[in-house]
Amino acid sequence: MLWRLVLLLCFSALPLRAEEVVLGLSKDKVAITATFEGSEILIFGAVKREEPIPDVPLDVVIAVAGPSEPVTVRRKDRRFGIWVNTDVVVLDSAPSFYAVATTGPLDKVMSDTEDLRHRVSIPRAIRSVGAASMAEDAERFTDALIRIRRDQGAYAVREGAVVLDQETLFRGAIQLPANLTEGEYLTRIFLTREGRVVSQLETVIDVRKVGLERWLYTLSRQQPLVYGLMSLAIAIAAGWGASAAFQAMRRG
Amino acid sequence: MQIYLPIAEVSVNAFLLLGLGGLVGILSGMFGVGGGFILTPLLFLVGIPPAVAVATGANQIMAASFSAVLAHFRRKTVDLEMGTVLLIGGLIGAALGVMVFNYLKSLGQVDLLVTLCYVVFLGVIGGMMFFESLRAIRNTRRGVPPKRKKHGWVHRLPFKMRFRTSGLYISVIPPLLVGTSVGVLAAIMGVGGGFIMVPAMIYILGMPTKVVVGTSLFQIIFVTAFTTLLHATTNYTVDIALAVLLLVGGVIGAQFGTSIGTRMKAEQLRILLAIMVLAVCGKLALDLLITPSELYSLGAGEGA
Repeated sequence: MLWRLVLLLCFSALPLRAEEVVLGLSKDKVAITATFEGSEILIFGAVKREEPIPDVPLDVVIAVAGPSEPVTVRRKDRRFGIWVNTDVVVLDSAPSFYAVATTGPLDKVMSDTEDLRHRVSIPRAIRSVGAASMAEDAERFTDALIRIRRDQGAYAVREGAVVLDQETLFRGAIQLPANLTEGEYLTRIFLTREGRVVSQLETVIDVRKVGLERWLYTLSRQQPLVYGLMSLAIAIAAGWGASAAFQAMRRG
Repeated sequence: MQIYLPIAEVSVNAFLLLGLGGLVGILSGMFGVGGGFILTPLLFLVGIPPAVAVATGANQIMAASFSAVLAHFRRKTVDLEMGTVLLIGGLIGAALGVMVFNYLKSLGQVDLLVTLCYVVFLGVIGGMMFFESLRAIRNTRRGVPPKRKKHGWVHRLPFKMRFRTSGLYISVIPPLLVGTSVGVLAAIMGVGGGFIMVPAMIYILGMPTKVVVGTSLFQIIFVTAFTTLLHATTNYTVDIALAVLLLVGGVIGAQFGTSIGTRMKAEQLRILLAIMVLAVCGKLALDLLITPSELYSLGAGEGA
């Protein structure tokens, strides 16, 4: 009974959800076909509120994260005149894709505390708990990962890419590169005022291989021997076919 | 036209892959090398993950070699007896090589050892072939008749066997040893091994150059088929879409390569191959010596 009272007090202590996100996505499924060249997802929505617009300006932060995996980062060093991989750091989990779009500079629209809590900025989206024990300068390995992935277009921060109209309607686009991995892409939308998160919403964009891509991938994992033999058969058929065609061409 | 590869999970230009396949196909038809030592580094450059590049490379080389060997069979330039003996050695060697590879992996630094292997072998073989064929070309210009084959230690060993197509009567021990050592290296370096096999057949076994190419291709087919199956079942890294694109270019290239090869003189063929082997060797050596632009590299998973 006492516990219930405590809980009740706790809940009533929380600020009322005065503003809420109503969300729309241009698509919530991305199909990877054989000729997939990347995709753009339009994320749009409105802010629902039952009171007058507060004076403090509203900001919107959109973060899309691909499936996370452990990543090994190696560093080269010169030994005996040649460049050799010397140091290794394993980062516990890093998203294969990560994009943040905001209405303004990220450090302005979201406070450091909120960033820490919700893991929004790129370095915070990477978990590297065990890394510090593997190298003295473990942060450099995290920086290198971010640099390499950013060059590949897998990580992106687009400040000012979200447009907010009359404190109510917002829209932003997220570019998905052609080199996309399968999985559930967690999409989070934060509404902030003075750097504090006043409301948030989560949804999932499903990225899947379809058709022939799907079939080949499944076969290669579930029946690798059949897949291997099929690869060989195709190779032999193509080799023989081309040889025969060439022969016929020469005669004809 | 961009195409998304289902296993590699990257999107690349289809025509670029067709071109790469064609280039490697011409080489394999001309010289009897599978072309793995050139194809695999090229695939890295295009952005294919290394594991997929090595495994799919094996599959593509097998197709190109199969196409080329058919052309050689029609010209009767395949020594089946020699090919079989080499193959037996090759399969034993490949099995040994996989064990050595896994041992090196447990020690770490397997990448470096593979690169060093490449630099050393390509350098030594390329250099040897280059100077030997240069001498041969000079001698033919001066009109010096080519020397008769010497009867060295190779001819004093027991278990002699007649290799009709090659016109040889030698012991089976040297070809078996050549096959085994090439098999070991092929498994460690992830290639068919033709670029080591071809010079070994010419200089150690004393086989005629014209027969060497077809026989080497014959042996490569089986070694690469074995490798493909091994990769497909253990690492799931054979990308059939990538392989098909490469081999469509490859099989066409191999046919052209074979007809170019038969029109050229043996010494010219050898000096061209030597130059190419040395070029790849130089590129790999430079990568080890020059300060890389990015000191860090990413690898998947927790395999440290």
